[in-house]
Amino acid sequence: MLKNISNLGDAALYCDFGNEVNKEVNSLVIRYFKTLKLKKIDGINNLTPSYNKLIISYDLKRTNYKNIKKIIENITIDQKENLSSNKIEIPVCCDETLSLDIKRLEKKLNLNRDKIFDNFFAKEYFCYMTGFIAGMPFLGDLDDKMRAKRLETPRVKVPKGSVGLTEQFANIYTFESPGGWNIIGNSPLRIFNSKKEKKPNLINPGDTVVFKKINIDQYNEYNE
Amino acid sequence: MSKNYFKIIRAGINTTFQDLGRENLYHIGIPFSGAMDNRNYLLSNKLVKNDLNSPVIEFAYQGPLLKYHGDKINIAITGNVKFRLKKNHKVFEGNCYETYLLEDEDEIDLLSTNKSVYGYLAIGAEIDLEFQWKSCSINTKAKIGSNDGKKIVNGQEIQIKKISKDFSKKKLNYLNSKIEKIRVIKGTNYDYFSDKGKKIFFEKEFIVSKLSDRMGMRLEGPKIENIVDTNIKSEGILKGVIQIPADGNPIIMLSDHGTIGGYPKIAVVISADYDKLVQLMPGSKIKFQEVELSSAETLFKLYDLETQNLISQI
Repeated sequence: MLKNISNLGDAALYCDFGNEVNKEVNSLVIRYFKTLKLKKIDGINNLTPSYNKLIISYDLKRTNYKNIKKIIENITIDQKENLSSNKIEIPVCCDETLSLDIKRLEKKLNLNRDKIFDNFFAKEYFCYMTGFIAGMPFLGDLDDKMRAKRLETPRVKVPKGSVGLTEQFANIYTFESPGGWNIIGNSPLRIFNSKKEKKPNLINPGDTVVFKKINIDQYNEYNE
Repeated sequence: MSKNYFKIIRAGINTTFQDLGRENLYHIGIPFSGAMDNRNYLLSNKLVKNDLNSPVIEFAYQGPLLKYHGDKINIAITGNVKFRLKKNHKVFEGNCYETYLLEDEDEIDLLSTNKSVYGYLAIGAEIDLEFQWKSCSINTKAKIGSNDGKKIVNGQEIQIKKISKDFSKKKLNYLNSKIEKIRVIKGTNYDYFSDKGKKIFFEKEFIVSKLSDRMGMRLEGPKIENIVDTNIKSEGILKGVIQIPADGNPIIMLSDHGTIGGYPKIAVVISADYDKLVQLMPGSKIKFQEVELSSAETLFKLYDLETQNLISQI
């Protein structure tokens, strides 16, 4: 349920769907996002869906908080129609040279690496949102026993393709960036392509992701 | 047909092509980008009779040194920029908000953005650039925009596609005013901070740190105490949002910011003050002042009206 609408500064609406992070709440956020995107409401110039919030940015030259709030309060959201989603397989190599934080994860989770990999590759993940850096997917949920905090000191450079874990989520660094997630492996697949303007992201909110373990030879052979 | 181009002899510190930026891409992780100081960007284009959303060269601190080759062409520089022109072996200082007609072999040396950060060089022509999502704006972090998403470098050439034929001399009397206080609206996590923290935020001075760029501005000063949680569940952020991470030092999101953030938002800079905010150099002092949403909307109308007035004076 959309619990509250407030303003974030003078050019955005902050739509709050509560504090819970789960598929149901997030699916409703995505429904609002998709409906608004299709409607192309005059003055709205950006939508940022996240786990349980939706931020609606608008052009203060063309509209204001009151106008947009009224539109959002009176909008009908189709709750029944199935959300279109894809199932995507992402190859990940967990060779020692790419699984940068495996030793740290073994200690933090008190599990050996085989158990960590088995658990990681056995699950199906749900894409809650994309962003922070272009195309980065936030995937969940990891099992309780797989949940680790961020690195105490974030890396200045996380290599492109790195697959990271933090708390209940996994992500993929679409390009080299600073970051503090625990790196379990690396994917040779291109997750973000700015040359494909219509569909730059391989993974989008609502999609299902499965990771497939590949060895270092397969990783090196991967031609993207 | 002759070839018209600028040769970059010295690229400067952070020289990029910018326009109004891109919309409707936050959901895939791409921010607006675009010129940092919107008013000075628009004025530079108007002076050389370009469409107001045309690509310009944005530079920070020390700008580029360019040598022109080709048929005569009009240029204008805006901001608070100290620059020299070299025409027929004669060197003289130029004025901002004034057009200059360049001829073959002339040079522009953009020495410094005096006591400010960003300056703009508009060229009365169509520049040969690539666009992504309808914008040339370079976002070096995501490697998006013209020039393969990279800063302009020494030795490169900027090719001119088509020179505007109106070379009329234009001049505007305008002085960039300094800002005393940055006005803000309380953020969605305002209550995460202690009474003492809130008081510090609105009463004490902060210093702009050297770790500031097109993505964000870091501030130093008294620490702002969080009494709830130093993290929130990651959610969307916008330019102007002031986040307070665990160390208690504010970070203000600027035009190339990450689209999602996980630190509490204490406040948001009002739209009317954004152009002035981005021009504050490292070492500058900042004080925040709270305003209500309705005042922020009125202040933006005034800001926009003033910008439109300046444009119509050219």
